[in-house]
Amino acid sequence: MIPASFDYVRPSSVEEACQVLASGDDVKVLAGGQSLLPLLRLRLAYPSALVDLGRLPELRGVSDRGDHVFVGALTTHDEVLRSSVIKERVPLLALATATVADPAVRHRGTFGGSMAHADPAGDLPAVALALDCVFVVRSADGEREIPAADFFVDYLEPALEPDEVLIGARVPVLGPRWGFHYEKFHRTAQAWAIVGVAAAVRRSNGTVEEARIALTNMGPTPVRASAVEAALRGVDLAPAASGGTDLVGEACAEADDGTSPPADLHARPDYRRHLARVLTRRAVRAASG
Amino acid sequence: MTEQLDAGLIGERIAESDQLNPPSAAHEVGKARRRKEDARLVTGRTTWTDNIQLPGMMYVAFLRSPMAHARITRVDTSAASGRPGVVAVYSGRDFVDEQGSLPCAWPVSEDVVIPDHPPMAVDEVRYVGEAVACVVATDRYRAADALEAIEIDYEPLDAVLDMTEALAEGSPKVHEAGNQAFTWKFAGGDIEEAFRDAPVVIERTYVQQRLIPSAMEPRAVVATTDGDAFTLYSATQIPHVLRVMLALTTGIPEHKLRVVAPDVGGGFGSKLQVTAEEVLALLLTRRLGRPVKWTESRSEGNLTVHHGRDQLQRISVAADRDGRVRGVKVDLLADMGAYLMLVTPGVPLLGAFMYNGIYKMDAYHFNCTGVFTTKMPTDAYRGAGRPEATFAIERAMDELAHELGMDPIELRRRNWITHEEFPYTTICGLTYDSGNYEAATERALALLGYDKLRAEQADRRDRRDPVQLGIGVSTFTEMCGLAPSRVLGSLSYGAGGWEHASVRMLPTGKVEVVTGSSPHGQGHETAWSQIVADALGVPFEDVSVLHGDTSVSHKGMDTYGSRSLVVGGVAVLAACEKVKDRAKELAAHLLEASADDIEFADGTFKVRGTEAGRTIQELALATFAAHDLPDGFEPALDADATFDPDNFSFPHGTHLCAIEVDTETGASKIRTYVAVDDVGSVVNPLIVEGQVHGGIAQGIAQALFEEAVYDTEGNLLTTTMADYLIPSAADLPDFVTDRTETPATTNPLGVKGVGEAGTIASTPAVVNAIVDALRPYGVNDVRMPCTPERIWRAVTEGGDR
Repeated sequence: MIPASFDYVRPSSVEEACQVLASGDDVKVLAGGQSLLPLLRLRLAYPSALVDLGRLPELRGVSDRGDHVFVGALTTHDEVLRSSVIKERVPLLALATATVADPAVRHRGTFGGSMAHADPAGDLPAVALALDCVFVVRSADGEREIPAADFFVDYLEPALEPDEVLIGARVPVLGPRWGFHYEKFHRTAQAWAIVGVAAAVRRSNGTVEEARIALTNMGPTPVRASAVEAALRGVDLAPAASGGTDLVGEACAEADDGTSPPADLHARPDYRRHLARVLTRRAVRAASG
Repeated sequence: MTEQLDAGLIGERIAESDQLNPPSAAHEVGKARRRKEDARLVTGRTTWTDNIQLPGMMYVAFLRSPMAHARITRVDTSAASGRPGVVAVYSGRDFVDEQGSLPCAWPVSEDVVIPDHPPMAVDEVRYVGEAVACVVATDRYRAADALEAIEIDYEPLDAVLDMTEALAEGSPKVHEAGNQAFTWKFAGGDIEEAFRDAPVVIERTYVQQRLIPSAMEPRAVVATTDGDAFTLYSATQIPHVLRVMLALTTGIPEHKLRVVAPDVGGGFGSKLQVTAEEVLALLLTRRLGRPVKWTESRSEGNLTVHHGRDQLQRISVAADRDGRVRGVKVDLLADMGAYLMLVTPGVPLLGAFMYNGIYKMDAYHFNCTGVFTTKMPTDAYRGAGRPEATFAIERAMDELAHELGMDPIELRRRNWITHEEFPYTTICGLTYDSGNYEAATERALALLGYDKLRAEQADRRDRRDPVQLGIGVSTFTEMCGLAPSRVLGSLSYGAGGWEHASVRMLPTGKVEVVTGSSPHGQGHETAWSQIVADALGVPFEDVSVLHGDTSVSHKGMDTYGSRSLVVGGVAVLAACEKVKDRAKELAAHLLEASADDIEFADGTFKVRGTEAGRTIQELALATFAAHDLPDGFEPALDADATFDPDNFSFPHGTHLCAIEVDTETGASKIRTYVAVDDVGSVVNPLIVEGQVHGGIAQGIAQALFEEAVYDTEGNLLTTTMADYLIPSAADLPDFVTDRTETPATTNPLGVKGVGEAGTIASTPAVVNAIVDALRPYGVNDVRMPCTPERIWRAVTEGGDR
């Protein structure tokens, strides 16, 4: 399809971008375009103008800041994957990013775009939620911070005001005893997750000391599996002896608590709930392996 | 392939690649030549229809019905007409006197109902996506914008989407005459006798889901006129058929209409059509006097490229306890969609003669009803009828084996035609000329490591491993090389099945071949060059193949049904033989010898027992000069040939699939896929390999991934590639491929065709493997596509899912 007409602005500073955003109704930010352009082409979105952030190098890049890694909003998925800082300091982000779509999309699509699009079927929002990332946003009035738990308000709805630009996110660095895994279940390599599980597990003497788990595509926003996190605390990680109880599996049986999974062509809600339980067990096992 | 290549490099590599094969006049056939057309195709240095720009060209966009079934009560195009850049806005009513009806060339039966099918709907719409109006504007964007200003009022009518419901009493009528499009029966042997007291009878119902052919190049049309004659460029498989049909539909005299299929990026049957957009492009250029272009978007294509499959198959097999098949009964409902398009009703007929597969039996009965529904019409899609038939019989053979507690390979051995029995006339009356099912199967079993995998399967079953292993078998044949004209006539098809070729010897000794079969990715230029190189003894590089333009190639039946090589390639060979006969006469004259004493080898005509000779290039020059020719000899070596085959060809093969099924999640993963195909003699093994790979991928796609889904109101839900899942290389295993070679006896090349084999064979192999994996859970079917959810429900709930 062919998009309807729109104005196009390519600001040379974040300040200018904020001004343009504040100047009109229904101005949209264009980053890598991997979600927005299809919406335009299918005429599902009719913005009056696009603000292309493509020439704002200050929004791009990864920096190690001790207790967290700062990822600029315009950093592409491919750059995230090539960053040794990400790989060593916040490996869960690398694991999830590696499952995003295909190489062509990963070269264009951006970290910030994935977050600001707030698609619960996207892989990165669940990672942000599991790791308690903090988003940094800016408007003409200045900067503010939004914790991940408050950022994903509803389906495709981030906690961004119309005149705010996402600058990047602080991704907390977890300690040495943490293990990570992103378990994605999808029908083809390029497809969205039917269900995904982002898991971070801290082990201590063969038991789970702490777990952080968030689910992809189990509701209008990414969902923190709090019941599982609580149930896993102190659970013995040893595999179940023959005929014995799989304690991890038991704890993960509550993975779909508090979720409202969607129905679509690929899965009905009861199947998604089942997958969430199985995949959470697998993710926890892999993260603590 | 671990080597990283960028796009520019790929082009160079391909251009260089022919140097890997040193020019040689002899024995080109059988050589794995890289395709000479690929450099221009993959680097985009060619003309696709959408690349064509003509002075003063305008762009067309179509407004499409949002309703599955409705009466059009009001159309107001005035607001759209005033939009910037808009040249004209028309609804169906504006063309009511000249748009005619889109043709159906296959009135299959006496009772067939062929409803009027206006290119743009006038009074009633019958599927979502049907064109109702169009905008002609100075660019694509303005055309698309203006669509939104067209006002149309619809009075909704009831949609009918399910075939069984459509045939029920009191169902909403798609057309005034009702929802039954036709009935067609076929029988061989005494079916009552075969089923009477049969010790084993299995009855199954299989759903052939609706599929959307997804050629890489979308459909595109350009039409232009000089005020007298018309040229239509189209991404079509059938420029020749299209020309005839458009002349009949639009009233433009055939000799004033040139149709060009430039390079075309795939079709799979979807471009074997006469489309509304092609007709309207001509009508618009006639009315406006300016060139027009239309190129579909992918989502527009998902809605309105004719769909494939969509059949409901009831198959019954009667057998003895030892596994011998006594008879097969098939009751078929075939979803036509809302109209009959070019060969819509013929598709199930192409399968009707294949439900017996490679097996001997006493009786066969086939009964088919074509049904109208308020959905996009269906038509040919890679395999057209034969994949459906092969699926049903190969699934049923696995079910029978399970019922009898017999290995599925052993059951097939007890029933298939043995190699000593060829030529064999089947229960359907077809004569299979040659084949060796034993050889292909032995090879496939060895490549798969069948016994070892069966042992692993038993072990996993014993251990109640959550990941179960299944092995699926598909021993298939198909009828290719469409088709003997007399047979097509007996099936009420509207045209013949011959193919035409011309061979022109140029003064410098180079050769131009004009072929009537129109390639859209198959590699005709390379394969035809190999045939000509051997036949005339000229270098491969000296042959150029022209196609796809009715002003260059005036006569042809185009490309579908794995016919190009088997019919068109043989026509090329026949034309070469005529050229050679003329060249021989000339050589005899110049060498002052009797034609009977002239021998031909490696491009040279020699007087037997001497070194005196003339090369074919010298003879070509001699006819150009024409100074010294035999009395009455026309100064040309050129020749035409039209070949009409006596029989179909019957490629066959054995495909085996080993699949791992995660019973916890329903995920399936093909572990090993083995394909041993017998496509007869091979002109180019690299092209054969490519066709087999692509075909397998497309068949696996039906088994596991693809399905066009309509909601209860008749809205297509799978309009984008996010919803209509097509597997990529990342989703498929490496295929293990091999060949056995049993030449066809019905054509001089010994070839059988390979365009559809992989697609026909692979779908049942994969589904059989999934069901085999799930037998311990009481599962005896999983409906296609076998999605993780369907597999999970089958495991959870047992039985048919």
